[in-house]
Amino acid sequence: MATANNDLRHTNGHAKYKVIGTRPVRHDGVDKVTGRARYGADIHPSGMLYGVVLRSPHAHARIRSIDTSKAASTPGVRAIVTNKDLLDPGNRMVELGEGAVNLRHLNHNVLAADKVYYRGHAVACVAADSIHIAEQAAALICVDYEVLPCVTDVQAAMDPKAPLLHADLFTEELGKIGTKPSNIAKHFRFEKGDVAAGFSKAKFVVEREFKTSTVHQGYIEPHNATALWNPDGHITVWCSTQGSFTVRQQVAELVGVPISHVKVVPMEIGGGFGGKIRVYLEPIAAVLSRKTGAPVKVVMSRADVFEATGPTPGSYMKVKLGVDAAGLITAGEAQIAFEAGGFPGSPVGAAAMCVFACYEVPNGKIDGYDVVVNRPQMSAYRAPGATQAAFAMETVIDEVCEQLQIDPLEFRLKNAAKEGTRRVDGPVFPRIGMYEATLAARDSAHYKTPLTGKHRGRGVASGFWFNIGLKSCCTATVNADGSVSLVEGSTDIGGSRTSIAMQLAETLGIRAEDVVPAVVDTDSVGYTDVTGGSRVTFATGWAAYEAARDIQRQLINRAAQIWERKTEELTYQDGGVSGPNGLRMTFQELAAEVQKHGEPVVGRGAVDPEGCGGAFATHVVDVEVDAETGKVEILRYTATQDVGTAIHPSYVEGQIQGGAVQGIGWALNEEYFYDAQGVMRNSTFLDYRMPTALDLPMIDPVIVEVPNPGHPYGVRGVGEVPIVPPPAAIANAIYRAVGVRMQELPMSPPRVLKQILAAIHTSSPRH
Amino acid sequence: MRDFDYSAPTSVAEAVRLLNQSPGAGRPLAGGTDLIDQLRLGRHQPELVVDIKRIPELNVLELSSRGLRLGAAVPCSRIYSDAGIAQEYAALVDSARIIGGVQIQNRASVGGNLCNSGPAADSTPSLIALGARAVIAGPQGTREVPVEEFCTGPGKNVLHRGEVLVELRFPPRPANSGSHYRRFIPRNEMDIAVVSVGALVELDASGERIKSARIALGAVGPTPLFAREASSGLAGRSPTVETLTEAAQAAQAIATPIDDMRGTKEFRRHVTGVLVRRVLEECVQRARHPA
Repeated sequence: MATANNDLRHTNGHAKYKVIGTRPVRHDGVDKVTGRARYGADIHPSGMLYGVVLRSPHAHARIRSIDTSKAASTPGVRAIVTNKDLLDPGNRMVELGEGAVNLRHLNHNVLAADKVYYRGHAVACVAADSIHIAEQAAALICVDYEVLPCVTDVQAAMDPKAPLLHADLFTEELGKIGTKPSNIAKHFRFEKGDVAAGFSKAKFVVEREFKTSTVHQGYIEPHNATALWNPDGHITVWCSTQGSFTVRQQVAELVGVPISHVKVVPMEIGGGFGGKIRVYLEPIAAVLSRKTGAPVKVVMSRADVFEATGPTPGSYMKVKLGVDAAGLITAGEAQIAFEAGGFPGSPVGAAAMCVFACYEVPNGKIDGYDVVVNRPQMSAYRAPGATQAAFAMETVIDEVCEQLQIDPLEFRLKNAAKEGTRRVDGPVFPRIGMYEATLAARDSAHYKTPLTGKHRGRGVASGFWFNIGLKSCCTATVNADGSVSLVEGSTDIGGSRTSIAMQLAETLGIRAEDVVPAVVDTDSVGYTDVTGGSRVTFATGWAAYEAARDIQRQLINRAAQIWERKTEELTYQDGGVSGPNGLRMTFQELAAEVQKHGEPVVGRGAVDPEGCGGAFATHVVDVEVDAETGKVEILRYTATQDVGTAIHPSYVEGQIQGGAVQGIGWALNEEYFYDAQGVMRNSTFLDYRMPTALDLPMIDPVIVEVPNPGHPYGVRGVGEVPIVPPPAAIANAIYRAVGVRMQELPMSPPRVLKQILAAIHTSSPRH
Repeated sequence: MRDFDYSAPTSVAEAVRLLNQSPGAGRPLAGGTDLIDQLRLGRHQPELVVDIKRIPELNVLELSSRGLRLGAAVPCSRIYSDAGIAQEYAALVDSARIIGGVQIQNRASVGGNLCNSGPAADSTPSLIALGARAVIAGPQGTREVPVEEFCTGPGKNVLHRGEVLVELRFPPRPANSGSHYRRFIPRNEMDIAVVSVGALVELDASGERIKSARIALGAVGPTPLFAREASSGLAGRSPTVETLTEAAQAAQAIATPIDDMRGTKEFRRHVTGVLVRRVLEECVQRARHPA
């Protein structure tokens, strides 16, 4: 029961379930493939104005003054906003669902106040009758900047002599606030056991330094917002977001109205990956609408998205690992410094919690540093922080395995975290599947097939992500025709309408196709947290399960009335209510009956579950390196993952493949390339090189199911962890292929070639 | 994006007149795959855009014993769909096939690629290697310029106000010759050349000795470069690895690459050598074993 079930790797059905484990067509599929699905940019309320944001050309500057008079007098210009038009929400923290944010920083990020902290930082926005007028007028706004020296590198920013971003930022040093301003917002530490004693028991100790680059989620759809501020004080916002309720909260705070005065209508979303939680344009559009009385739409360009939304941090990391002669980890030490961007708040905390999480590490010490730099404010990106940390840790493990002369998957099986393992940062794991996911990798056809050929190598790596629970609501109305209308607040990014509907269908014993799911606005459903943290299929699915249970109870009551029986005598099973002496009404029969007599049947589910269960993945990759150019070709890729229960295996596989592909992008070519003035030089998809379909083999996903005991259907979040192993797995494969250890991301051709040439040079000093 | 006037003349003379008489800047539009982006980004703010696709001379694609005439507005897909051109001018077809995706190839023209004058233009090294000449019409009449002299800097070329590129003329393919274009990109497609090489190698009748060669480099200088000495140094030599490596080194010597987001100087110089050798090897193969 508790081991990976090999028969289920390519699940087409599930012995225990009728709906779960099948692959119904997604409910939003026709709309998506016919182009009828409506995204934020498709909104055109009558009388709509167009907003264009003026952005800072400088990476770091003080704003002496902003003169909007010329722009304001341009014919067709209706209003201009600057930071003065936003409400100062005060120096307060609020939780956005996948990370907290300081509201004053959020305010200053939406529209710069006294300083700009990065190139692309929004300074003002013009609303006009047409986009062209708005563009021309924005160019007429005169901003008097005092340009300041900038610092974009995390290590450079930690230097006491570095240009200081915030004069009022004092390092929180192990819980105490310092006395001198610094770019280090926070230094924290996790400790477990006795690290010195642990290293003294080690036979091999490997310590290495690593760097990674800032990378963007690269969602297809740029940020957009359309707002209408009615004269009655009620605001409607149409936008592309992972969390309509968090947008409601942020807009309310930044424009100074109660949350009940803001209705957020989440449109279809063209990708988010963590980057569409924080607001950028929504408060601006709202204030422009207040000033003009007309609806206002603002849409970002691709360059805006790169330069001014929230990518995930570049990092500097040092990891030290000790293992004994038996191949068991005795101690681990890590220092992790993350770029936070212009304001504090990088995901370095999560990185520090994840770095050793795949393993039983008896003695550990982890130091984390949150460092402000002149780059855009960093945001969540798919398992935020875990991929950077795994790149360091899993590469060090590969070196350890080489010294031990042990198979790297055997090492991982030997040291795998399991139920009862305490992480260095404290929490004790419940039942988890690190061992099973790694076993599946070891037993995969891929790993069993020898790799031959020149300059080819195979690498492996593992990864962990926590997942989260948080609040979700659903209501489900039984229709007379035997269908159920399911109303939910989780914006659907990865097919979650269907995976939620399937859990409702399973519980009621009906078909997935008999559920009609709808993602609705914030006035129409109970509070629901963001689509993030791999939580939706887990938590909103649970809410759907509760709504279905509620329907079961109501249908039992109705059947009890019809049959004149006590409810205790009746049970809901196999898609209907059964009672003594063969009494039986199917769900469809009851639904028809409900319409004729009595009150409608509406189920509700409202949850805030704990026990989301961690996710573990192990990946195997074969590469071939062109030793003359440093270019890395991915030949074969297998991704195993403990998913708990695969509700809709196709979407689980899609998540695994998509995560792996994004991780491959980090590994090979993706990076923010800055010049000395702090200007990003590659803010286009031409030069910000994400992998295309032509750069990848089919990613072979292997679903391992170790049911999560903390969920009615054993669900674990699946969306994030597959991004974690790829960079390390590919680094390890490159080493096997050409004998060089890559310790910096991306492992782009110039970097790999440099290492290869250096290795040739050092191995033949006499030539 | 600023407003502009648009016209679509049907003769070269009319296009020249419109561009010459426009009070502000004018830009010819062929496929528009560069120009439309540049207009949207404000890189060019012309008063007038002259669509040249309706001019017959600019749509000529004619292969004969006298060589190839390639109208400046002919899209890439027409070029690589022509089996005769694929056989005679393989390097040109190599270029046409890797410029953008299929939709882009249905619009983008080799003439536009040359007039955009990007150092990394994918067709220009092939034009240079194949000995193409640019036929230019202007207020003062018609003139011809060898393609290696056409570009004068990033985004700059020899076209004066009112001048239009009409066509590219290629000499007939020499007997026992092969040509090839290849670029280095970090991805496999949808990318811009970090280094690129186009070359033509002509062997003698025995196939064992090089009669002549033309090597051109892209993305390693302010313009695509004709590697004159590396090319002439191959004449009379046997196409061994050593010979080709020597030519590669000679070609590297004229590269003046920059450090940017696409690669470092050292990387580009190194890969120039690698690519020249690989491209010459392929040219020799093609010369010996025509498709």
